Amino acid sequence: MRETPSQTAGPYLHIGMLPEQAGVAYRPLGSNTLTGAGTPIVIEGRVLDGIGAPCRDMVIELWQADADGHYGGVFRGWARSGTDFATGVFRFTTIRPGATAGAPFVSLWLAARGLNIGLQTRMYFPNEPRNDADPVLSRVEPLRRPTLIAGAEAGRFVFDIHLQGPQETVFFDV
Amino acid sequence: MTHEFMGREYGRHPPGLTPGYKSTLLRAPRLPLLSLRTPPGECEGPVFGNPDLAPLDHDLIRNYATTGDAIGERTILHGRVFDEMGRPVPHTLIEIWQANAGGRYRHATDTYVAALDPNFGGGGRTITDLEGRYAFRTIKPGAYPYPNHANSWRPAHVHFSLFGTGFAQRLITQMYFEGDPLIPNDDILNTIPDPAARLDLVARLDRGAACPLDSLAYRFDIVLRGRRQTFFDEGHDHA
Repeated sequence: MRETPSQTAGPYLHIGMLPEQAGVAYRPLGSNTLTGAGTPIVIEGRVLDGIGAPCRDMVIELWQADADGHYGGVFRGWARSGTDFATGVFRFTTIRPGATAGAPFVSLWLAARGLNIGLQTRMYFPNEPRNDADPVLSRVEPLRRPTLIAGAEAGRFVFDIHLQGPQETVFFDV
Repeated sequence: MTHEFMGREYGRHPPGLTPGYKSTLLRAPRLPLLSLRTPPGECEGPVFGNPDLAPLDHDLIRNYATTGDAIGERTILHGRVFDEMGRPVPHTLIEIWQANAGGRYRHATDTYVAALDPNFGGGGRTITDLEGRYAFRTIKPGAYPYPNHANSWRPAHVHFSLFGTGFAQRLITQMYFEGDPLIPNDDILNTIPDPAARLDLVARLDRGAACPLDSLAYRFDIVLRGRRQTFFDEGHDHA
């Protein structure tokens, strides 16, 4: 059998994925907040299009290991956030993941109008010595590695995702 | 060990940049994706269960209703989820969303003139059974115009979001209805270059699954990426 083709999620994806943001009173399934043992962190960012405008209709999913670097335990490890309809900012409140093989990171997946297929990327942490030996980061052209590493500002990690342009974020075919 | 996924067959999917669908022009990445053997993190994925669902989540005729059933052609959407090896994918979350019978979405940014249905929200969820089966009850969505070209209309469609068992399987697609005359000219469906692949998104009328004197049924099977079987594996590039 062959994989079902992808199609854009369109502009109204919130109805099915984040009904509270669409204004539809269904029971929420998935929020932008994960709690568990470990160091609490906040991740904030924007998704910028080819003219640098923030995309205000994106849904971003986060997938990460627990504080010990394990997947599939009591810590669900999965969250989703829309970009704000007014500001374009997405935000996750979670815990800092432990390292699996290499450096700690969170996986991110983007869906929206104008994306014919979901985009996979990763966010790594700044000032993390293990980044240098990370098996995935090592595959990235050094000039582009900074697109995968968050900034640290005022108690939060800031990760802007550039869909196009000189700072285009590295997206993965995994 | 969780097996990595088989490489994605990109010829089945729309390329990122498809000028016929204008929204891709400023949003499609212009640099090639970096291809990796699925790293361990993306081989795993979130697990969902019945506690995540509300009792009527799969019934869009009733899950938003307050004064009566949603208006429209009563429709059952059902099928099975498989992986590329033909194995059913059990216990996986499916989320859907759609316009109402008039082609209007219940969403802050939809300004189409067609009326909202007070009894229709347009979202649904379910989890596949042991054999990978799923079923929703809904109303058939209406076609609607959208600002791509001056007279662009979307055929009736339902958006589907699937998880599978690994984050690398994550898939969003759209399902269409057999016989819809708007299908051949749809700029969104036509982002998929292979006509045979497009046909895989057209659900078939399924008379055998109809509910007599109540609902028609359409069948839509979905295939997610399969996991690789490796026999000689000394060159694993990510430990």
